[in-house]
Amino acid sequence: MKPTNEDYKNIPGWGIDADPENEPTYPIKNYTGDDHNRIHYERSPQQPLTVEILLSTERPGPTAVFGTSVPPTGLSGTIRRYAFRNSEDRYRHWIPLILADRINVFEGLIDDIRTGHLPNLFKERGLGMEWKHNRIAVLTKVAFAALAGAALMISVKRKK
Amino acid sequence: MLAMSYRGPYRVRTVDKPMPEVLHPEDAIVRVTRSCICGSDLHLYHGMVPDTRVGSTFGHEFTGIVEEVGPLVQKLKVGDQVLVPFNVACGKCNFCKQGLYGNCHESNPMATAVGGIFGYSHTAGGYDGGQAEYVRVPYADVGPTIIPPEMDPDDAVLLTDVVPTGYQAAEMGGIKEGDTVIVFGAGPIGIMAARCAWFFGAARVIIIDHIDYRLAFAKNYAKCEAYNFKEMADPVVFLKKTTDWYGADVCIDCVGCEAEGNTLQTFSGRVMLMQAGSATALQWAINSVKKGGIVSVVGVYGPPYNFVPIGNVLNKGITIRANQSAPKRLMLKLIDHVLSGRLDPKGLITHRVPLKEVPDAYRLFSSKLDNCIKTVLIP
Repeated sequence: MKPTNEDYKNIPGWGIDADPENEPTYPIKNYTGDDHNRIHYERSPQQPLTVEILLSTERPGPTAVFGTSVPPTGLSGTIRRYAFRNSEDRYRHWIPLILADRINVFEGLIDDIRTGHLPNLFKERGLGMEWKHNRIAVLTKVAFAALAGAALMISVKRKK
Repeated sequence: MLAMSYRGPYRVRTVDKPMPEVLHPEDAIVRVTRSCICGSDLHLYHGMVPDTRVGSTFGHEFTGIVEEVGPLVQKLKVGDQVLVPFNVACGKCNFCKQGLYGNCHESNPMATAVGGIFGYSHTAGGYDGGQAEYVRVPYADVGPTIIPPEMDPDDAVLLTDVVPTGYQAAEMGGIKEGDTVIVFGAGPIGIMAARCAWFFGAARVIIIDHIDYRLAFAKNYAKCEAYNFKEMADPVVFLKKTTDWYGADVCIDCVGCEAEGNTLQTFSGRVMLMQAGSATALQWAINSVKKGGIVSVVGVYGPPYNFVPIGNVLNKGITIRANQSAPKRLMLKLIDHVLSGRLDPKGLITHRVPLKEVPDAYRLFSSKLDNCIKTVLIP
């Protein structure tokens, strides 16, 4: 990056108090000065874009490698594409992504049923393990759920 | 191949997935031999990390055997037994060149604040992780380390994240000889941070949590003091009092976004998602450290914001140091600590579960059942 004031080294006092020992990032970072080259470093070859990748607006293009897991699809994918039109600084990036995640759960269930796989929610949630090691808590939760359900039903019946 | 598949909050299963392929000339394909569930995987499992897509495979702590290498891979060959650090790092960008392998600029096109991480949502690059029979490992010449033949495989798998993260947490604290160090969180990372704090000359190490069996484990494993914050009227006052009303020299947050202990933080962060999780541990760390002290953060927080007492950071002159750890930077030193017997990572492992029983393994770890500290999945 070119400095806006090309003559900055002639500013009176330039660099006079610079202390190379004042490096609070050490040893996590081994400061080399390479940061001043910004993004002009040697890159690995570019991985071909074979699936849809949503790119951060805060960089000029894709990184040399990236994951290709689960490309965006369906309604959740549409929401994710919208989210990625906004920078990571914005709530309108992150909130839509959380919304898309929740919608994606229902899309997953629909896909399962469409492909003839009825999800075993008890097993997928590992409730067998909970039952084995934490039976009282499970029974308490079931009792509370039953009570809440009963209260809801009574309330609905009374309104009718 | 068999792989873990995320189906939604608190729901995972194993599925049959296509074999991973070499997609880049610097890739390797690794047959997984061990894979852990990390405490930070629970943030994904609980649906706390944005852009966690249904069908993703988690897992960023794994070892394996190299099955295939891309044409530009020079340091690995088929058959090598490797441990694979959790971050995907190119080794060439300015950040990697300066040791910041957790901040690689060429591994995550989907966010600039975080580098690529195996199996950690699309916010961290969209890579499938190691809770599977096989995994694609980009930049195979950079991250993967050949496991020394004399090393126990259980020690090796914990060198991919737990040990370096715990060590770096202590390292970032800038601990001086004689310091008092408080570690928040008695999970595997917190326990390792407490253990490693002694390496830097701490005179007193205190660990804080609310789960008794973990505190008992930490006290024995890390040779530290252990206290349950649920038994305290006010944890910060307790910690001030126990440090001669002065505050600790160093506080380390090993909890992150699912902390308990403060109703407002829990409600606003975990229930309402008005902030990126609950920042209780960080708040306590800031308020329990001495003036001019150091707060080290390795607990994971999601984007975008958290409520923290930043005014106290200014007024107390606190230095906050934080980062994803860089196992590659620390690897030689940590291998030496393990092989010399100073560190016993495998001592953290309490459960081994076949990969096909991954829902049970997640539930076991998430609900802290059966005195679980660390779970290893065996494909």
